[in-house]
Amino acid sequence: MTVSRTPLLEMRDISVSFGGIKAVDHVSIDLHAGEVVGLLGHNGAGKSTLIKVLSGAYQADAGEILLNGKKIEINNPRDARLHNIETIYQTLALSDNLDAASNLFLGRELMTSYGFVDDARMEAETRKILGRLNPNFRKFSVPVSSLSGGQRQSVAIARAVYFDARILIMDEPTAALGPHETRMVAELIHELKAQGLGIFLIEHDIHNVMKLCDRASVMKNGQLVGTVDVADVTDDDILGMIIMGKKPGKRAA
Amino acid sequence: MSTADQGTQHQASRRSLADTLELDKRLFGMVIAFAILCLAFHIATDGKFMTPRNIFNISVQTVSVGIMATGMVFVIVARHIDLSVGSMLAICSALMAILQTRFLPPILGLGNPAILPITISVGLVAGTSIGALSGWMVGYQRIPSFIVTLGGLLIYRNLAWYTTNGQSVALTDPNVLMFGGSEGVLGPMVSWIIGAVGSVIAVIAVVNSRRSKQLHGFIVKPVWAEGVLVALIVGAMLGVVTLLNSYEIPTAKLKRMYEARGEVMPDGAVAYHGLPISVMILILVAVIMTVVSKKTRLGRYIFATGGNPDAAELSGINTRFLTVKVFALMGFLCALAGLVAQARLQSHGNDIGTLDELKVIAATVIGGTALSGGIGTIYGALLGALVMQSLQSGMAMVGVDTPFQNIVVGGVLIIAVWIDIIYRRQTGALK
Repeated sequence: MTVSRTPLLEMRDISVSFGGIKAVDHVSIDLHAGEVVGLLGHNGAGKSTLIKVLSGAYQADAGEILLNGKKIEINNPRDARLHNIETIYQTLALSDNLDAASNLFLGRELMTSYGFVDDARMEAETRKILGRLNPNFRKFSVPVSSLSGGQRQSVAIARAVYFDARILIMDEPTAALGPHETRMVAELIHELKAQGLGIFLIEHDIHNVMKLCDRASVMKNGQLVGTVDVADVTDDDILGMIIMGKKPGKRAA
Repeated sequence: MSTADQGTQHQASRRSLADTLELDKRLFGMVIAFAILCLAFHIATDGKFMTPRNIFNISVQTVSVGIMATGMVFVIVARHIDLSVGSMLAICSALMAILQTRFLPPILGLGNPAILPITISVGLVAGTSIGALSGWMVGYQRIPSFIVTLGGLLIYRNLAWYTTNGQSVALTDPNVLMFGGSEGVLGPMVSWIIGAVGSVIAVIAVVNSRRSKQLHGFIVKPVWAEGVLVALIVGAMLGVVTLLNSYEIPTAKLKRMYEARGEVMPDGAVAYHGLPISVMILILVAVIMTVVSKKTRLGRYIFATGGNPDAAELSGINTRFLTVKVFALMGFLCALAGLVAQARLQSHGNDIGTLDELKVIAATVIGGTALSGGIGTIYGALLGALVMQSLQSGMAMVGVDTPFQNIVVGGVLIIAVWIDIIYRRQTGALK
């Protein structure tokens, strides 16, 4: 992990307020290609808000976002997608009444030459990508409401991976999953990392953080406590940052 | 992939008839219920209910509510409601009535062929604009659609009243009246051609869809199942055409028609109605709306938003502008329904479209559209409208008192939704 290169993505001095409350207060984080950065903190620490600025769901009041050193504007989820920033939301953000293919291509439908949605081609592509991610997936023509939690997660992940993501935001991807599916997600994160994606991982489970992340950025009360190389610290150090809001002195990066 | 194929095929061998045909079971149930209803009325009226004449009348009476119901499907699927459709119909009808009778003739000259197209265009633009205004208030200002359209119900109804001073406006232009039904029929020959063309299109659509599925290696239903499906569709289309083609135009009216052309009716001359233009409009609207709902981005986004508005927003869909489009489309269809309604009644009356909002919502909901959003079909809503109109018409023929007619319609609405909820609970699916 060389720090000298230009980061793949940099969020500089981001502030977001709701009414009088500063949800995110002058926070700067960065992410390199092939790196997993964990975002940690209590509920309400501001990590989801910060990440929603990147995915286009919220807009920052101040600060800038740089992609490969160049300033970019993200005003809505479409902008984020245009910059190959994909998000897997904790809620999965699936339309329950639609089938897997319709959800996967929602907002980016494949069209026929007559300008109609090409359901057959979308289903074929969905079968391909889901066959890779989750070979047990069969239910292609039913609404996703009738799928299991793991299957729904597969659809959400497939949607983020299918469109050549360069930056992937995963908001507690394993929160609703069993041990087997959690392992599948962990393997996927390693695979995507090897392909050179940068991944922001919002995670509460400290063991997953130690296992999956290269660096960890900790937030408390809307402010950044600090960013550390996971290899340099113990899980107690990170817990200390989350709970006390204190950086572990000299060892921090 | 091969294991997956085997699994699916194994399942296929155990599937029921309805499953193999991939029929919408809910629709199937409704069609059967409708058939029983018609049969019961047929018996109760000593064979007067299912005559070409009565079927012609019911279909003509269904058009106005049917057109609006197709739009209401989108509104309700997108988790909104429009209580102002009857009033929008009234204001558009009032506008079109005074334009063609009072404002345009002095300017353009009585009988100017431009009067009708201008009238209709202004009516449709007015309806679309009023709908778009409601949509803007709902989508961008976040006022609940129930309130916006409840207000609209009062506002547009009384604007219509004010526009015509509460007077009825008699319409005499045959070019307007042809949109009403019995004054505008296509005759047997054209009806047969339309039926034939429709059948060919249906066959091509089924074949194309099958080919596209095969191209991607999906499992398709057996050929005989496709054949049965096509036979049902074509049979229904040609059946309706046959029925309407056998409804004779009454001799007195035929005589007037000959006289209007300056001819004398030959002895023993007969002519038949065939498809009414208004019904063709409804069919066209239904086909277009079905294509929009299933095959376009607009339709996909409406359903996605109804299923999960947050997910739609996060997928980059502009749900606010989508709301404007949905309500604008509803307004357009209300104006179109207004044209048909005033042409059928041959006048714009102050009470035109009164209580239509309830009929339209009832038809949509009976047709399987869920008020919680995300689920609904155009053909279901049409069938719902047909059921409502048949009930009313049948009860009137049997001689049920008006209060009881309304009580029955209200009861049917509640029971239909109740059965639907039980059905969905049992199947566990939201289909």
